[in-house]
Amino acid sequence: MDALDVARWQFGVTTVYHFLFVPITIGMSLLVAIMQTIWYRTRDEKWLRLTKFFGKLFLINFAMGIVTGIVQEFQFGMNWSDYSRFVGDVFGSLLAIEALVAFFLESTFLGLWIFGWDRLPKPIHLATIWAASIGTILSMYFILAANSWMQNPVGFHINPDTGRAELNSIGALLTNKVTLATFPHTFFGALMVAGGLIVAVALWHLYRGKDEQKPAFRTALTFGGWVTVLATAGTLVSGDFQGKIMTEVQPMKMAAAEGLYETTSSAPFSLLTIGSLDGSREVFAITIPDLLSWLGKGDIHAEIEGINNLQEQYSAQYGAGVNYAPIIPVTYWSFRMMIFFGLAAGALALLTLWMTRKGRTPTSKLLLTAVLTLPILPLVANSFGWIFTEMGRQPWLVFGEMLTRDGVSRSVSMAEVITSFTTFTLLYAALAVVEVKLLLKYAKGGLPEIHPEPDDDEKDDADRPLAFAY
Amino acid sequence: MDLATFWFILIGVLFVGYFVLEGFDFGVGMLLPVLGRDDRERRVVINTIGPVWDGNEVWLITAGGAMFAAFPEWYATLFSGFYLPLLLILVALIVRAVGFDYRGKRTDAAWKRNWDIAIIFGSYAPALLWGVAFANIVRGVPIDGNFDYTGGFFNLLNPYALLGGVTMVALCLTHGAVFLALKTEGDIRVRANRIAGRAGLVTAVLAVAFLAWTVTSFGGNAASVATAVVAALALVGALLANRAGREGWAFVGTAITIGLAVVTLFTVLFPNVMPSSTDPANTLTIANASSTPYTLKIMTWVALLVTPVVLLYQGWTYWVFRKRIGVHHIPDDGAVSSPAGSAIGGA
Repeated sequence: MDALDVARWQFGVTTVYHFLFVPITIGMSLLVAIMQTIWYRTRDEKWLRLTKFFGKLFLINFAMGIVTGIVQEFQFGMNWSDYSRFVGDVFGSLLAIEALVAFFLESTFLGLWIFGWDRLPKPIHLATIWAASIGTILSMYFILAANSWMQNPVGFHINPDTGRAELNSIGALLTNKVTLATFPHTFFGALMVAGGLIVAVALWHLYRGKDEQKPAFRTALTFGGWVTVLATAGTLVSGDFQGKIMTEVQPMKMAAAEGLYETTSSAPFSLLTIGSLDGSREVFAITIPDLLSWLGKGDIHAEIEGINNLQEQYSAQYGAGVNYAPIIPVTYWSFRMMIFFGLAAGALALLTLWMTRKGRTPTSKLLLTAVLTLPILPLVANSFGWIFTEMGRQPWLVFGEMLTRDGVSRSVSMAEVITSFTTFTLLYAALAVVEVKLLLKYAKGGLPEIHPEPDDDEKDDADRPLAFAY
Repeated sequence: MDLATFWFILIGVLFVGYFVLEGFDFGVGMLLPVLGRDDRERRVVINTIGPVWDGNEVWLITAGGAMFAAFPEWYATLFSGFYLPLLLILVALIVRAVGFDYRGKRTDAAWKRNWDIAIIFGSYAPALLWGVAFANIVRGVPIDGNFDYTGGFFNLLNPYALLGGVTMVALCLTHGAVFLALKTEGDIRVRANRIAGRAGLVTAVLAVAFLAWTVTSFGGNAASVATAVVAALALVGALLANRAGREGWAFVGTAITIGLAVVTLFTVLFPNVMPSSTDPANTLTIANASSTPYTLKIMTWVALLVTPVVLLYQGWTYWVFRKRIGVHHIPDDGAVSSPAGSAIGGA
């Protein structure tokens, strides 16, 4: 263990933790905006109550997303200063543009939305949640562009004098094919989480909630269920597309996803492998013939490059003495866990829709228990997806350009990194407990009452309590 | 003026925006235990910044992003060098933000008290540490030939930097008190006004001492002396306006003071971005720390197009929530199960 390892662990922990909140923010801001739009169009009070109810769950989560995001931005400079020096020109500019274009939009308009219920005319108030949601989605785009550049660096050259990456095409950077593939995949993945959250909460209320609120929650259940099912389909299609791009630009990552050591035509895909501990030999496996070739290249007979062949090729290209393969068990299992948990979420959402069709309320306690995991399954899938994509890039920090070990801060001591790693891990653990408790409390609390709007005489009354206050 | 200089100025502007805006909401957090004698009053205090504090914090994120993009060497040296202070700032900002959002989500007193502590700590600590950090940047720190910071944590705790930290706390506190006097009504307004007057006197002494030390010892020129003098005069003007009960003008005054104090630091720093106390040859400058002209050009276009729009909608937010708040505006502290009005956040 040295400072590099601790810094990597810290990056992993803080990033995965941050990304527990991000999908909910992305998905819920959009779904709440849609709910409020339906209310605005139909004036059906049920949708207003759902907007406010799910809006509150969204906000409890949003605070955590924001604060853990600041840590991400600071972390590059604190723990990875040599990386920052190397890529500031390219990667830094995306972060700066993200802040300017997206963060201001998101946080300012969310403040207006939260506190503006009785201060803004209805259409303008509706526009504020859409502005916040668009800010969130833009933010996702820029950060994915930054990450995709690390996976597939484009639009730059290395300055031979300074040894630094210098941007030469912003167009190439923003249209990186990895970004274009990752964006829909991440977006649909986020919608799966948000949809799953709505389904779980709504079904709980159908079982345990107040009778008066059940019709509204039934509507929410159908809404969330369809969102989850459609988002699962979107995640699958975009994931397939992404797999093909990945095979093209990061063949080692795809080989590591299967643990494919030798270059193979008509490569199979294994659902499960029990191998020797070092991962070099297979003891037992369940495999689907040809699937890896199809996933990677869209052709069941295609040749997929193996780890050993790529290692030879990279040793010749980038220099010998480095293991260019990521940790195979991590990539192998995170890839499968991503797919498994994602598919399970989609199937469960579909089952729920079937069981509750035409106004039915299933009596199965088992279904209720299973559906309560529905927000968690896609969240776990999201996390494994990130672990796969980041661990699969190793040993590179920027593929083909900078090794991870070369990016760490030289001036930061082991003691400092351990201090911050411990601090963040403990703080995050404590906050996670608080957040989950609050979410559960408010999720169980049910829909808010809607009071009739004050008539015009009262509207100017300066002493009327605020519609929203902390 | 080349683009790197333009970005040095723009980063200065972003930090001015950050300290002027988050400065008053830090001050509001600091005054939470002083002005909020009961829960209802504390909620008045917090709600004065409710709709805006989050947007204010984005100024910091943007300033950090702009440093990363426009001066990667500066960002890398500063963030890895000032490791522990930044860690503390992050922890403080995290618990503070979560505190604002969560304190009202349960009604028991212990819960609220704990989050109040988080908000108070989260408001003092960043103000103090940013003051220490910026004073050290101006003063110069040990930097080696690789642009790596070679001092430890305690190297940052020198008298000048500590004065910078305390001054920043005092400025934010006064700025926050004036803001509260501007945004509240009734008894709280009167007390906020009184605190602003008292804290303002102490702040004036500290600010004058710190600015004088800055311009006399670290390469001050005519421009930085001018900004420092105007900053001090604005504070005096703010105190007079506060005494006359003209809260709007008092707030303009403290905003100018904080803004020009930051401008003074950047002016003294120019054309360096982080002087090395080890060897002047290792000093990070606008020229040797900046990105390439192409990146700066792209970012300049984005900044020129987007910044005015951001200023417009943030300004609009302040306009929408311009009304004063008093205790009678605070809805009852309803529990979740007993719906409190049509409030999204309920309590």
